[in-house]
Amino acid sequence: MPRNVTVDELKAKAKELRLNIIKTANYAGSGHVGGSLSAADFIAALYFKYLNVDKDNPDMFERDRFILSKGHCALAYVPALAMAGFVPMESLEHFNHYESAYGMHPDSRKIRGCDASTGSLGHGLPMGVGMALGLRYQGNTTSKVVVLMGDGEQNEGSVWEAAMAGAHYKLQNLIAIVDRNKLMIDGPTEQVMGIDPIDKKYEAFGWHVIVCNGNDMQDVDRALSEAWAHEGKPVAIISNTEKGYGVKRFQGKVPWHYGSMNSDLYKEAIADIESL
Amino acid sequence: MAEGTTWTTYDANKMTSKEIYGKVLAELGETNDKIVGVTADLAKSTNIGNFGDRFPERLFNVGIAEQNLFGVAAGLAKTGLIPFASTFAIFACMRGGEQIRTDIAYQNLPVKVIATHGGLSFGPAGTTHHCIEDYAIMRAIPNMTVVIPADGFETAKAVRACINVDGPFYMRVGRGFEPPMHDNEDFDFEIGKAMMLKDGSDITVITCGIPTLQAREAARDLEAEGISVRVLNMHTLKPIDKEAIMKAVVETRRILTVEEHNIVGGLGDAVAAVIAESGKGCAFTKLGIPDEYGVIGYPEDLYARYKLDSTGIAETVKELLGKEIEADEDWDDED
Repeated sequence: MPRNVTVDELKAKAKELRLNIIKTANYAGSGHVGGSLSAADFIAALYFKYLNVDKDNPDMFERDRFILSKGHCALAYVPALAMAGFVPMESLEHFNHYESAYGMHPDSRKIRGCDASTGSLGHGLPMGVGMALGLRYQGNTTSKVVVLMGDGEQNEGSVWEAAMAGAHYKLQNLIAIVDRNKLMIDGPTEQVMGIDPIDKKYEAFGWHVIVCNGNDMQDVDRALSEAWAHEGKPVAIISNTEKGYGVKRFQGKVPWHYGSMNSDLYKEAIADIESL
Repeated sequence: MAEGTTWTTYDANKMTSKEIYGKVLAELGETNDKIVGVTADLAKSTNIGNFGDRFPERLFNVGIAEQNLFGVAAGLAKTGLIPFASTFAIFACMRGGEQIRTDIAYQNLPVKVIATHGGLSFGPAGTTHHCIEDYAIMRAIPNMTVVIPADGFETAKAVRACINVDGPFYMRVGRGFEPPMHDNEDFDFEIGKAMMLKDGSDITVITCGIPTLQAREAARDLEAEGISVRVLNMHTLKPIDKEAIMKAVVETRRILTVEEHNIVGGLGDAVAAVIAESGKGCAFTKLGIPDEYGVIGYPEDLYARYKLDSTGIAETVKELLGKEIEADEDWDDED
């Protein structure tokens, strides 16, 4: 069950997470800053209010599961796990370094509290369907399985194979979040390969759809609260966001899908986030 | 197998390997509630449907969606279950190949991929349904165990043994209809340990899967002509039994590999690598599909075309016996 945490507290966590994203990118030398910043509010709300996970017992069967299907945003995920106490904060200093457990894409066998290795897009929702089925078969009716996907990722056919199965099996314990930041590596999604109307697509596949502003914590909280309570169908949250949200130079800019910062830009990025 | 359980529900003379797979899996499900099944609209064709008939709530059909099939299997395993995932070999190793590699093997999950209709066994269906690439693909995946049983009795033993494999497992069987090689289940089967079906001193045939019976028949025929052929059933392609291979190299000095697979990347190459790394030389030939797509035809005709039947194997043995090998004076000291 979600914990009693205020929107202001979650906002503070999201700000702290964004700062950690920039610091980690700086330690690593470069990183997927754009999609990590756009998804930061949802990740913060999940880890600090909604997900039932225990840093002292990361494998407990009754926990909620979280799959970062947009695995390239480990840059946001590992800092969140560090802030939640699953891995030491010092882990961030070794991100992407030689033999580090913490790289560009998360490895579930090396990262404490990480439920799935991801990085190849379109793999998270099928694994989420499997987890949701497996939990239900074993009599677990309380745990949620949350899958965070990218919007470019919606191009992958396997997403829709899993969307079909999630509805077919009426997986009310499954929540998919689409980080709709509208950009992918080669440009705007609607130019590279259009996905709109993405909400109607999930609806047509038999999902309950919630649309929200994924960079407005109040709206994020509303969407997750509704998703947690919904019964009878899997839930898709279309989270409208801005890629790079929080750092003015990155916001809505295609090249900041992945990049590295010099020291001036690093300071500027930190200052931008501090002033949020 | 649970104490006291008996396996009398199948008769290998009347049932195909995949039918036996379905029956044995259903039996295993009685004593192990962690076992679940997943398939992609091939419950009937792969016979995992037998398990589903017994345990409808434990078989998940994802429809014609092989990427989802193996992703779902990985997710099920992540919740502590032991999923058996079945489809045709060609769709397992390629259509869902990345999910097998990244979702299942990379995470070292105990998913049992039981792939049917392997090799040329679905002959008339043509190249889209033949699968002569799976050994190469599956053995190149870290953490993967690869087993190719010779008949239904071995399939039954392999299905039971794979429960204890701590990690991903790939097993290929045919479409069925091939005759059994064993008379019953009264033989030792250990994953990773080759089975010597017949001892011999002139040459060793190393094989797996459907051609194994043919190799044993060829060896018996050749015995009558005074040629002593050892036959090794290398049912486990990975981890491969290096010891049995090197014993054969030292004792017979001529090795023929026979496989229902492309000669590139399969059993022959796995055996060749073991020999090459040992530093010992020997006469060596790989028999398989010669890096081309199979034609349409009944499996028995295709096996004959590619010399995977007893006649073709015997012919190739004789050719290999005629090959010269360099003398090595120190050979006897090195085994």
